[in-house]
Amino acid sequence: MTGYETVVGLEVHCELATATKLFCGCRNAFGDEPNTNVCPVCLGLPGSLPVVNRRAVELALRIGAALNCKAQRSIFHRKNYFYPDMPKDYQISQYDEPINVDGWLELPDGSRVGVERAHMEEDTGKTTHVGGGGRIHEAGYSLVDYNRAGVPLVEIVSRPDIRSAAQARAYVDELRSILVATGASDGRMEEGSLRVDANVSVRPAGATEYGTRCEVKNLNSLRSLERAIDYEVARQIELLEAGERVSQETRHWDEGDSSTHSMRSKEEANDYRYFPEPDLTPLVPDVALLTAAAEGVGAMPAERRHRLSNLLAAGSELATRRDGSTDQVVTVVDLGLDELVHGAVAAGADPRLALARAANEAAANPDAAKLLDPMAFAALLKMESSGQLSATQSKEVLAELMSKGGDPGQIARRLGYEQMDNASLGSMVDEVIAANPQEWRRYREGDDKVAQFLLGQVMKSSKGRANGKLVAEAFAFRRDA
Amino acid sequence: MTASPAPELGSLAGIAASVRAGERSARAVLAVSLDRVRELEGDLHCFNEVTVEAAEADADAVDRMVRAGLDPGPLAGVPVALKDNLCTVGIPTTCSSKILAGWLPPYDATVVSRLRDAGAVAIGKTNLDEFAMGSSTENSAFGPTRNPWDLGRVPGGSSGGSAAAVAAGMVPLAFGSDTGGSIRQPAALCGIVGVKPTYGVVSRYGLIAFASSLDQIGPFATTVADAALGLEVIAGHDPMDSTSLDRPAPSLLATLDEGVSGLRVGIVADFLSAGSECGDAVVAAAEALAAAGAKVDQVRIPELLLGLPAYYVIAPAEASSNLSRYDGVRYGLRVDGPDAETMNARTRGEGFGAEVKRRIMMGTYALSAGYYDAYYGQAQKARTLVIRAFEAAYRDFDVLLTPTTPSVAFPFGSKVDDPIEMYMCDLCSIPSSLAGHPAASVPFALSPEGLPIGVQVLAPALGEAVMMRVAASLEAAAPREARGPVTP
Repeated sequence: MTGYETVVGLEVHCELATATKLFCGCRNAFGDEPNTNVCPVCLGLPGSLPVVNRRAVELALRIGAALNCKAQRSIFHRKNYFYPDMPKDYQISQYDEPINVDGWLELPDGSRVGVERAHMEEDTGKTTHVGGGGRIHEAGYSLVDYNRAGVPLVEIVSRPDIRSAAQARAYVDELRSILVATGASDGRMEEGSLRVDANVSVRPAGATEYGTRCEVKNLNSLRSLERAIDYEVARQIELLEAGERVSQETRHWDEGDSSTHSMRSKEEANDYRYFPEPDLTPLVPDVALLTAAAEGVGAMPAERRHRLSNLLAAGSELATRRDGSTDQVVTVVDLGLDELVHGAVAAGADPRLALARAANEAAANPDAAKLLDPMAFAALLKMESSGQLSATQSKEVLAELMSKGGDPGQIARRLGYEQMDNASLGSMVDEVIAANPQEWRRYREGDDKVAQFLLGQVMKSSKGRANGKLVAEAFAFRRDA
Repeated sequence: MTASPAPELGSLAGIAASVRAGERSARAVLAVSLDRVRELEGDLHCFNEVTVEAAEADADAVDRMVRAGLDPGPLAGVPVALKDNLCTVGIPTTCSSKILAGWLPPYDATVVSRLRDAGAVAIGKTNLDEFAMGSSTENSAFGPTRNPWDLGRVPGGSSGGSAAAVAAGMVPLAFGSDTGGSIRQPAALCGIVGVKPTYGVVSRYGLIAFASSLDQIGPFATTVADAALGLEVIAGHDPMDSTSLDRPAPSLLATLDEGVSGLRVGIVADFLSAGSECGDAVVAAAEALAAAGAKVDQVRIPELLLGLPAYYVIAPAEASSNLSRYDGVRYGLRVDGPDAETMNARTRGEGFGAEVKRRIMMGTYALSAGYYDAYYGQAQKARTLVIRAFEAAYRDFDVLLTPTTPSVAFPFGSKVDDPIEMYMCDLCSIPSSLAGHPAASVPFALSPEGLPIGVQVLAPALGEAVMMRVAASLEAAAPREARGPVTP
């Protein structure tokens, strides 16, 4: 609705891909038999104590660096509240002294979203309420699985810089790419490795004060995120238009009826009684930690998009392109095929062609494409550019190259894609002219539409082996002769 | 009634030496200990559980090692008692609380493993004020422990069971935990030695938390040398406790007899209330140290008086969080209800005693939004002031002396209705706890009514060796009848 501006801030919880949990040596794994990856520490048994997993700290710092955050000395706090899936009835989390602060993230469209903080905390267990519609208050009984309790999380809190549901989606998508690129997370929303809560508010266009926000939970996919924000924005505008007020509360997105429902109001909110966790000592990001965190981390997606984009036309900004290469660049970086493209171009392939084949054909099977030898890929692209192979043939060879490997030249020969010699191409062109005298006359009179028809006839009789460019040249030669 | 001297079990070193040499079996030593327990436990109630079978099995294991030519360790065959807030595999660990009655830990506290590795034989779990909150063991859900010096009086607390067991000669060594004085105060009231080490010297892994930033495990023994050996065995870095100091266990016995000549000893004047028998003992102790060559002077450290109020905000605040986990979901008591919240509330309502509830409520309040700065924040500032005041004092002194307690053992029921009066028992012991410094209580005198009086030796962080030297000198100067073991 016009007249209002949408303001969204996102809190993204990301499970770290460590071998073990944050404060004990139990396996950090999804989908195991319930309550098998547990010990006195993650069950919160009396007398047990937490010890920080150094690898988790490294990955948290790595995420912070990828989000352009400042790493700082941090401490853990206890967040106290009673819930059956919390073994200790408090969560060890970072509060006012988090490990990463003040960063930003660049979206493919060039916009930037501020990152207020990216802090560490432990995950809770998983409760299944049986009966009563799956809510704790109506349930007949509840089952708790503590395998997830103590799994390391990093919570990434954005600034309220997001202005639409689509931008929110792009932010999470980009963040996910970054988390995967850092190796810190597998980024799987469906397995709960990535969980998103949205703080949504609206305000009259041009206002400088923020409106009252609602926190929307239970956003299990990018699609729910986008739909829930759209719904929530509409709901809030409707309230304001009716002269009512938005009340600050936590709301639950219900995929079933496509709407949000109030969970608890500000007044009902828990007093978490945060205080510094006395069982842990401060984390100081010393040189050893920062070095370990940086080890083996490649460039982040935004930087990789810039690099790829620069291949096409030095200096031109991705966001300002109008030629469709934007999507190809995003796709290629997303799928991790940019190194393949860079490699092929370095070996002499045409950048635009390399990008197109990577974004379209190679992208159909990204796992296999990642294993492609850039030299072989380049050799294939050069065969296509030189007219030795038609586009159709080139795609066929690429498919086989990805599924079976080998040398593109040999594959082309085996498939019968030998370059058609000029003599046989010429006789094929002559046959088509003889068989279609009217079309040939119209072509000679300058009818461009019929050129496509004639070309198609040659392609047909050559069973796709003819190089379209050479065929076109052959017709033009005969016309101009 | 008055107590009479008890038969000596012999020093720990003596027991261990005879067991290692095969002159006495660990089983025979254990039998003496268990006989004494059978004789007196009915009167004293030191134990929540005496684990005869497990102890016999452990003693047999020690004897087998000796027969095989292996060394069971420096505490070979020494019977020990463990405060019932130290986790022991398969042996009920209750914190003297209904909420944990019957709970069987699946793991041993680090201290328990280290004792076993040193050849010690644990004979049972001793009584305490529920979750170590109290100064008399009257807060135990399973009934109080009595003081072997006078069965009508409390043994102190919260480690009253461990103190009384050593004071009655049931075991020569016992372990407790000290959060604000829970080792030193009962040691003083029972006429034995009790040591709270520097925070981080002994692993807390497996010690059921009361207040995590203050809790520390330490030994009870009848002599300074035995307490020193007990501490040496349990001390040292533990990777399972992040607050454990990454340094080797202190060497205490080696320097124990070096005397106090040239040491600077400060009497903390702020804790010497005029005419009190406990204050008089400190003055006498200082004179004894001066006679042994120490330089003695009085020092005023008024900031230490901030300790008590700060402690009674910080400790309950941490406790309110530490004790949240007793919610009826996973272990211990569960009182059912129509929903999780009600089950939770009923379980805690029935499972916790009055003092524990009081502290949970005080701590919850102190951490609440809007009150945090005024209470918890302010208490942390006071804690910092205490630490700075100590730092200043230790520029002029190597150790400080205070009474361990404001008074001798008091009769049952005399303070239970007045929490503040009960909290005052910890006045002198709390400052070192807040600072994380070591402190020891040494029996030094008898009151006119024949009750033991302890003197407290304070030292800066990691000053255990000097502290124990001073304690040994005090012990040498103290009358023999001022310390246990005694027979009620």
